[in-house]
Amino acid sequence: MERDDLIVNDSYALNAHHSEEEGVAIRKKIYLVTVILSVITAIEVGMGVMFKRSETFTWTAIKWTFIVLTLFKAGYIVMSFMHLGDERKNLRNAVIIPYFVFILYLIFIAITEGLAHYGMDLMFH
Amino acid sequence: MSGEAKTAISKEVLWGGGRSPFSVSYGKMMMWYFLVSDALTFGGLLIAYAFWRASSVDPWPIGEQAFRALPGLEGEYPLAYVALMTFILIVSSVTMVLAVEAGHRNDRSSVLKWMGLTVIGGIFFLSSQAWEWSHFIHGGGGCFNLAKEVTITTPDGDAMTLAAGERVYMDHHFGHLMEMHLLDPITVPLSEEGGHVVLTELGDHPHEAHLHSLRVNKYIENETEVEGDAMMALWNARSENFAFGAPIPGLGADWGGINHSEYATQQGYSNFFFFITGFHGFHVFSGVVINLVVFLMVLNRVMERRKHYEMVEKVGLYWHFVDLVWVFVFTFFYLI
Repeated sequence: MERDDLIVNDSYALNAHHSEEEGVAIRKKIYLVTVILSVITAIEVGMGVMFKRSETFTWTAIKWTFIVLTLFKAGYIVMSFMHLGDERKNLRNAVIIPYFVFILYLIFIAITEGLAHYGMDLMFH
Repeated sequence: MSGEAKTAISKEVLWGGGRSPFSVSYGKMMMWYFLVSDALTFGGLLIAYAFWRASSVDPWPIGEQAFRALPGLEGEYPLAYVALMTFILIVSSVTMVLAVEAGHRNDRSSVLKWMGLTVIGGIFFLSSQAWEWSHFIHGGGGCFNLAKEVTITTPDGDAMTLAAGERVYMDHHFGHLMEMHLLDPITVPLSEEGGHVVLTELGDHPHEAHLHSLRVNKYIENETEVEGDAMMALWNARSENFAFGAPIPGLGADWGGINHSEYATQQGYSNFFFFITGFHGFHVFSGVVINLVVFLMVLNRVMERRKHYEMVEKVGLYWHFVDLVWVFVFTFFYLI
């Protein structure tokens, strides 16, 4: 069996070549993503400075806005800068699905247990 | 011992007829799997932080109040410095992706240019983080706990009652001399002149710090700065218990009541700050080193002999991952 890690002139890597004209289009996309990431960061910093943390519904909405904006940024970095969007669908799924299964479970269990003391307080007072 | 591995397998039954099912090289696929496991590590750390924060009953420091200093400047610039750090990392990520793109065109000089800029961006980020750590360790002037309950009038004219044990924060200059006074009251004596508190550092270049104002609730909600009589009432109610900066666990000295973080009533906040930003910073550092190695490989025309620049793509994946982690650290440590 041929091991493809030992092939010096790797066929997959050679397939990844593109022409000068294609390069112009790819760079245009890179600059577009740069602008998107910078604008989202600027919005986040602006909101962070403007709104103070509080026990209100407004703060809850802002907190979730931060999380959604962060996920947008992460999506652009992974799909565009890391080219995961250009890879085969099965590689994309092999990377993303196991990660989210573990992390969502971990978030659920940590937050539930972290807030458990509020329940205990209610029980004993 | 020699089982299946020694048995000849007919080429026809190989998965995909000898091609990788993902149509990527072995190295790139393994880089992705490594990044998934590393992302789980960072995810675990940030979730541990969330757990600690959720289970804490004390007020948790607010990011824009804890991180509002700029090097060499007085005054408050909430989140400005960390926004700059974030921007540096995003720009270095862009130069990296441009290096990968140039590699796909076999444009050696552009690869060198963009990779060089990426390394410089990484070094800028690490230097910024070094300053931020130093600032965080030294703190914003320190605080003392009240020995008894005090009621003061705030500048808004409202009455504010502070319980025994509440924290009162000093300004940067006064706090710095106060820390020296606690260590050695003889070389840095404390005096009161006409109802005004003065600390003097004796020696070749004597210099003084006057107590101008004190703050309550500095890193949490309802931050208030007080002067005049209210300030003196707080000062006179001080206990022996002082806290300065955020000592690194294990390195922080345990003297003169200086044994815990001024940022939070529990050390957990700074522990997680040092661990998560430190672990991320170590990734940036190793990314700079690997980038430098690949830069030298490109310089020595290794990639030209291979006829492809996939190594640049692989180190690029790692570098973007470092940026990706920072996006989450930025949100969960500084914004929320």
